[in-house]
Amino acid sequence: MLELLIQIFPYAIAFTIPLLITSLGGLFSERSGVINIGLEGLMLVGLFAAALTISQLERTMPGQAIWWGLLAAALAGALLALLHAFACVTLHANQIISGIAINMTSAALTVYLARAMTGSGNIQIMIGLSRRNIPFLSEIPIIGKMLFSGTYLTTWIVLFILLASWFLLYRMVFGLRLRACGEHPHAADAAGINVYLVRYIAVIISGACAGLGGGIILVTYSGEFNGTVAGLGFLALASLIFGQWRPLGILLATFFFGFASTIANVSQVIPELANIPGIILKTFPYVFTLIALVFSAKSSQAPKAIGEPYDKGKR
Amino acid sequence: MKIRFNRDYLLSLIAVILGLIAGAILMIVTNNNPFEGYNYLFRGGTMNMQRIGNTIATATPLIFAGLSVTFAFRTGLFNIGASGQMLIGGLCATAIALNVSLPKILLLPLMIIVAFIAGGLWGSIAGFLKAKFNVHEVVATIMLNWIAYWTVYYMVPLYLKAEFLETESRRIPSEASLRIEWLRDFFDGSYINLGIVLAIIVAIIVAFILDKTTLGYELKAVGYNRTAAETAGIDVNRNIMLSMGIAGGLAGLAGLSLYAGIATNMQIGVLPMQGFDGIAVSLLGANSPLGVFFAAIFFGLLHSGKGFMTAMTGIPPEIADTIIATIIYFAATSVVVDRFLENRRKRRETK
Repeated sequence: MLELLIQIFPYAIAFTIPLLITSLGGLFSERSGVINIGLEGLMLVGLFAAALTISQLERTMPGQAIWWGLLAAALAGALLALLHAFACVTLHANQIISGIAINMTSAALTVYLARAMTGSGNIQIMIGLSRRNIPFLSEIPIIGKMLFSGTYLTTWIVLFILLASWFLLYRMVFGLRLRACGEHPHAADAAGINVYLVRYIAVIISGACAGLGGGIILVTYSGEFNGTVAGLGFLALASLIFGQWRPLGILLATFFFGFASTIANVSQVIPELANIPGIILKTFPYVFTLIALVFSAKSSQAPKAIGEPYDKGKR
Repeated sequence: MKIRFNRDYLLSLIAVILGLIAGAILMIVTNNNPFEGYNYLFRGGTMNMQRIGNTIATATPLIFAGLSVTFAFRTGLFNIGASGQMLIGGLCATAIALNVSLPKILLLPLMIIVAFIAGGLWGSIAGFLKAKFNVHEVVATIMLNWIAYWTVYYMVPLYLKAEFLETESRRIPSEASLRIEWLRDFFDGSYINLGIVLAIIVAIIVAFILDKTTLGYELKAVGYNRTAAETAGIDVNRNIMLSMGIAGGLAGLAGLSLYAGIATNMQIGVLPMQGFDGIAVSLLGANSPLGVFFAAIFFGLLHSGKGFMTAMTGIPPEIADTIIATIIYFAATSVVVDRFLENRRKRRETK
């Protein structure tokens, strides 16, 4: 059983990381008071931008193509998120409808462009990120094999971003302001904070993170753009809620969900797991999130002003 | 009331025009002629009886999904779970179609009832969680969509598997299909089916319930002001559950008209887009059953004409989805246009 766990672990981590960074993006947006159910679409546009960039560059500069691709993914996510911010912050639009529009626009537009360019609607890349062992640490028994063997560089980058985000949100003035905008925007405004600007920045960060998440899916385990991220954006949203809008919470939630999904994906080839019905493994993140919501509804940690457009004129 | 009614439709019209402009820009970006593109798109949906029939058939699930979103929205609830409710309604109806042998005249009503109840129960889970535990219905319906998606993903291969393919159910027998011969012959072999007749009847019933019954009045009262409704002695929780239940049932019928009308079996691994298009239909139809009907026909036209357009011009068919998504975005931001119209009206009045 332990042997099996060690085998699965690197895959579970690879699957968790895109979820984690996307969920973290959602954290920024929702902590500032803007619901972001467009995470799925933002991930997809990142996946598309990365696939497009890498497929163009991989012949001429194979060493750097992946990193330009990931940069493009983050930028594309940020750009699409700007549209969400414009609707939600400046135009006081309904944040849920805008999020749905983001998802649908992304799903339609990326496939449209891919088809116009390649004819088939799929974009494949030939190179991917290689797995590396961390020197010395991977020698540690058990833990070394589970955590430090065959890791992607992006895993460590994302974990670093998580740490930096925690520091930004809880130890710096900007983070305090951002959270204040999500809890009580009028008080934040009275204290001299530009609520509109903070929310714009938060939503754009969330787009960049989700876009990066999509890009990471491409360069680590998928290798192609085929018009969907298969609900991972919504799984990231579930993680955000299950993790109660906290960085450590979403780290645990995404890993929990990522691990379960990995087991579900590999259960058919591993006899020990074949008797766990796939339906349970696949649905339980969503069921758990619903149950968590039932229990936390009374003491919910959701930002208080979430979903409310901020209107300076209304007091 | 009359003025408000007209303004809603004006806003919808502006959103449609902006959506079509966005689509035109996209066609130009990919080196295509937008006039040619739209010409073939609309001709593809209307140029002969068969294509008109297909347009109506494509619009049928959209009418149900739009009614579903509209019904919940009147109670102030956001049903973005129509996709999941469609899947569950469709799954249960397909299970009946494949396992019960009855003459068509009895089998179809049974399937309709089962699809409505199954979708309704699925929807009322979200209603129950909202009423009893104050769980936001948007989050609940998103989770339920994916639970439904994986349920179908595992249930179909397990119990309804096709002979050769793992990824779809067996074909339903013709007694269980909403398609009927004389309708198909009248529309020159189109896949139009009884779903449209059902959709029109249901739209009338929904309009009647919302506008002419105590239930509709209570539902709307809860939607306008929950506290006031409670003070007036209306059982808010019951109405929330009922509203989501009926909305889910309507989406279940959308699933029926999709899987037993347009299609002849269920594919796994697909979350039906009609559930999300239903949101667009509802917004564009200004949340009224009549508006929903016309909006659904319009979107049905976009979807059924896109194949012809692609064949004639090489413009990718996803243009239709892009236009719909853009329309949703503009409908969401129509507050601005609304405010602009309002200001102009006020200015004119003060002059």
